[in-house]
Amino acid sequence: MSAIGADLKIAGVEAGYGGSTVLTGVDLHVGAGETVTLLGRNGVGKTTLMSTVMGFINTQSGSIHVGDEDITGLPTHARARAGVAIVPQGRRVFAPLTVHNNLRIAEGKHSGEWSLERIYELMPRLRERRTNRGDQLSGGEQQMLAIGRALLLGPRVLLLDEPSDGLAPAIVQQVMGIVRELAQEGITVLLVEQDLRAAFSVADRVVVMEKGRIVHESTTEEFRSDAPRARRLLGVG
Amino acid sequence: MTALTANFITDNGVTMIDGLATGVLLFVIALGLSLVFGVMDVLNLAHGAIYLLGAYVAVALLGGGTKMTLLAFGGAVLLAAIIGGFSGWGLSAMVRPVAHRGHLDQALLTLGIALVVSDLVAMKFGNDVRSIPAPAGLDGSATIFGQSYPVYRLVVIVVGGLLAVGALYVIERTRVGSLVRASVVDPQMVSALGVDTKRLVTGVFAAGAALAAAGGVIGGPILSAYPGLDNRVLLLGLVVVVIGGLGSVSGALVGALVIGQIETLGVSLLPDHASFLVFGAMGLVLLLRPQGLLGKKEATA
Repeated sequence: MSAIGADLKIAGVEAGYGGSTVLTGVDLHVGAGETVTLLGRNGVGKTTLMSTVMGFINTQSGSIHVGDEDITGLPTHARARAGVAIVPQGRRVFAPLTVHNNLRIAEGKHSGEWSLERIYELMPRLRERRTNRGDQLSGGEQQMLAIGRALLLGPRVLLLDEPSDGLAPAIVQQVMGIVRELAQEGITVLLVEQDLRAAFSVADRVVVMEKGRIVHESTTEEFRSDAPRARRLLGVG
Repeated sequence: MTALTANFITDNGVTMIDGLATGVLLFVIALGLSLVFGVMDVLNLAHGAIYLLGAYVAVALLGGGTKMTLLAFGGAVLLAAIIGGFSGWGLSAMVRPVAHRGHLDQALLTLGIALVVSDLVAMKFGNDVRSIPAPAGLDGSATIFGQSYPVYRLVVIVVGGLLAVGALYVIERTRVGSLVRASVVDPQMVSALGVDTKRLVTGVFAAGAALAAAGGVIGGPILSAYPGLDNRVLLLGLVVVVIGGLGSVSGALVGALVIGQIETLGVSLLPDHASFLVFGAMGLVLLLRPQGLLGKKEATA
């Protein structure tokens, strides 16, 4: 719709922790403005891939591009400035800071069309809780805070790592509603999600990982049409 | 009961005020130690040496004179802060390579730097205790609770208090302060906000060292300047941060005020146990609240 999003190109990426290699050659292209959900069993490397794109983990080989910019060797803060934002696993809101300060430290020139005011409009609950500390929030509120914080970075690519984790079904729907709105804004979204129904409700495309690489790619519709294959890929009943 | 309290205050009021002056000074010194540990997970054992540098800036500016004018003294505080700031900046660069190598490596490096600095200072200024008189105009005494009390220490309470309030304001109320507090709990996530945490850490290091060096001048008329003072200051600073909770600013304030009172009131009430009181208090806190009075259990990993 708009020109906000940039495409994310991951080519031949190998990465891991310490001496071990978790990602054994990931190739993935998420088009500008596209929402892709990354599925797979526990431990196949989904969170590792997110961390590698954000620069929390160094790539051992391969390359990562955002739009035309090669971010492979950049430190995390430079990747953030290149337009990559993450809503990490476990949310990682800053516990000692108030909701307001959690958001304020993310706001800046880079925020673009996003502002504190707009975040509060999108998620009114955060406005009500703005003087509460990060560790006084419910799981759902923390998730919204983590999303708001990421949006204030004016992201072109948004990485969402299990936003539904630990949330009540009604809250999951609310969070996915927000994700859908962001997709409509034209932000490129890469979503890791265990809750398949939630993932399917927002994703254009499904990508499945196994043992550190991508083993399947298809549109959401196509993926859902072949239930036995989906079960086999995801190991779910 | 109230009569007892009133008596206690008349008998010990001056000592308690003295404790407040010591406490405020300790906070100015310990803040940098606490924050550097918080944001960088580095135990900077050269922090006392920075204080010593500040104290000897005052000695150098005093020259052979008997006392400085108020303006010269203020200039000494400023100069010490600048020298301290640059030293902190240099220190952070030296420490960075061992920042992830565990506390033992950091301790060895920073202790080594501290020893070199303190030897250089001793070579230049000798091993004698050099007294730093209060500046002209602030060297008189006032009468408090019927006793004569040096005006300068009251000024220390005010100036140190203002520094403490200023530091707390920056940490608690400004965007940079929020970034520093966020970095204490999750530096990686702060860098994901596009913030160069290396620069942030360097800034904290420099600001903390500037405060410590300024403290060296401000504390000069109370603690003088001599080789070995750096160890005493470092030790007290470490006790303050351990009692208050590592990385916690308000904890450092509480810790400093408590140690200030123990150093004065405690020693005056229990003179026979003077040398045990400070570490006894630290031991007690560690036993009952290992994370410090205001520390979070899992604040630092």
